[in-house]
Amino acid sequence: MSDAHHVCDLLVVGAGPAGLAAAWRAAQSGLRVSVVDDNPAAGGQIWRGGGPPEAQLWFERIRSVDVEMITGARVFQQPGPRTLLAETNSGVCELNYKTVVLATGARERFLPFPGWTLPNVMGAGGLQALVKTGLPIKGKRVVVAGTGPLLLAVVSYFRARGADVLLIAEQAPVLRLVRFGAGLIGDPGKLLQAWGLRKDFSRKGAKAQRRTRYLSGCWVAEAHGDQKLEGVTLVRGGKRWQVACEYLASGFHLVPNVELAELLGCEVEGGSVRVDEFQQTTVASVYSAGETTGIGGLELSLVEGEIAGLAAAGKHEAARPLFAVRARHRKFADLLNRTFALRNELKQLATPETIVCRCEDVTLERLRGHRSWRAAKLQTRCGMGPCQGRVCGGAVEFLFGWRAESVRPPILPVKIDSLIRNKSVKSAFK
Amino acid sequence: MPEIVTLVVNGVSVEMPAGSMVAAAILKTGTYAFRRSVTGESRGPLCGMGICFECRVTIDNEPHCRSCQTLCRNGMDVRTDE
Repeated sequence: MSDAHHVCDLLVVGAGPAGLAAAWRAAQSGLRVSVVDDNPAAGGQIWRGGGPPEAQLWFERIRSVDVEMITGARVFQQPGPRTLLAETNSGVCELNYKTVVLATGARERFLPFPGWTLPNVMGAGGLQALVKTGLPIKGKRVVVAGTGPLLLAVVSYFRARGADVLLIAEQAPVLRLVRFGAGLIGDPGKLLQAWGLRKDFSRKGAKAQRRTRYLSGCWVAEAHGDQKLEGVTLVRGGKRWQVACEYLASGFHLVPNVELAELLGCEVEGGSVRVDEFQQTTVASVYSAGETTGIGGLELSLVEGEIAGLAAAGKHEAARPLFAVRARHRKFADLLNRTFALRNELKQLATPETIVCRCEDVTLERLRGHRSWRAAKLQTRCGMGPCQGRVCGGAVEFLFGWRAESVRPPILPVKIDSLIRNKSVKSAFK
Repeated sequence: MPEIVTLVVNGVSVEMPAGSMVAAAILKTGTYAFRRSVTGESRGPLCGMGICFECRVTIDNEPHCRSCQTLCRNGMDVRTDE
């Protein structure tokens, strides 16, 4: 184990689109910038493994300025003012900054249903991430289910790699999807994008690839299998039927990652980090951009990142012209979040025996009757395992209206070595 | 051609393109049970991005490694379901 030390003017946490945009703008403005990310490479989830030409443009921009990229480092603690600690494979690194931009992104919302803990039932973005990092999917029968625009992108990706994507079960009712389409008319780029994806699914592939049916108002009621997934039961309009498959990719839109913001004392409102027009949080030295401040997609993340980077460098006037772009993308984000709001029927999927907290194997039955997540934690250990409630948190919020009341360091499980090796941590834990 | 790395999953050798993650290599060998839950259920990867901790395996004798965030390396010894 070795300890590293990085000093910078601006620290950006998260190397996805928002973080890269912030880093580029700030470095261009003359700040000494470091970017820290827990993945082995920059790009975030959306640009994992390279991404489209637009991603290449941003990687090029980052290379054109002097930015220190620290990858494979998981931020877990704030031992003192303007200092963060991250764990790497070789030890702990201490990060000293004057200003920080939190671009920690989002995770998928998972909802429990019978069989969702079976191996080969994954998140929609989850299975995509595995395919992007080397899992062959060619010829595999896949059901994609849940809600949100991510499902379309994921299916397009799987089909291009030869997967046999049987169907997309989108829980949102058709009427809302039609209104969503109509709402896009003012935004031709996005409408074309959505239409292009749909067209791709209805086309038979060159090598006898079958069509992928898009079913609105449809969801997975149960996943079946002895040791691993073998098939799913689907529900649509009172009809139930079974489909055999090797993978279920199931995700219910996204939840912002706000743990680090909370650790730094930033106010969180409705599950997102609260920011002002310059993307500044309620803590003066802390800015935030991208999905962390509310789910809104790629374009919104990029423009928020640019604004945050400029504002952090004191270039407020240069940031102002970007406000109109941000406002347009936020409008789209609002429409998106209304369209893919979760229907109440999904609350009835889990049976009393269904596991809700996968770390501690806490069933729905054991959670019923508690008044808050805190009470449930104390009695059942729900949300107290290694994921610290990152998976079941999104579920208990939807099922019971519970929210995490506080966050405590370390915000990720780390090695004991990482806690005791750093002397500033030692004092923080006294 | 991308560079190929060779690792061993539960005694079985598997070749992966350089830059692949260990979780993908494990699934490629047909292994689906990555770890045992506290009540003994078999579990595999869920989130693919390092937050759910369901893909924990033993890599080169080090337990509890998140296989979805660990790059494949030549000669790596991976064991699951421990």
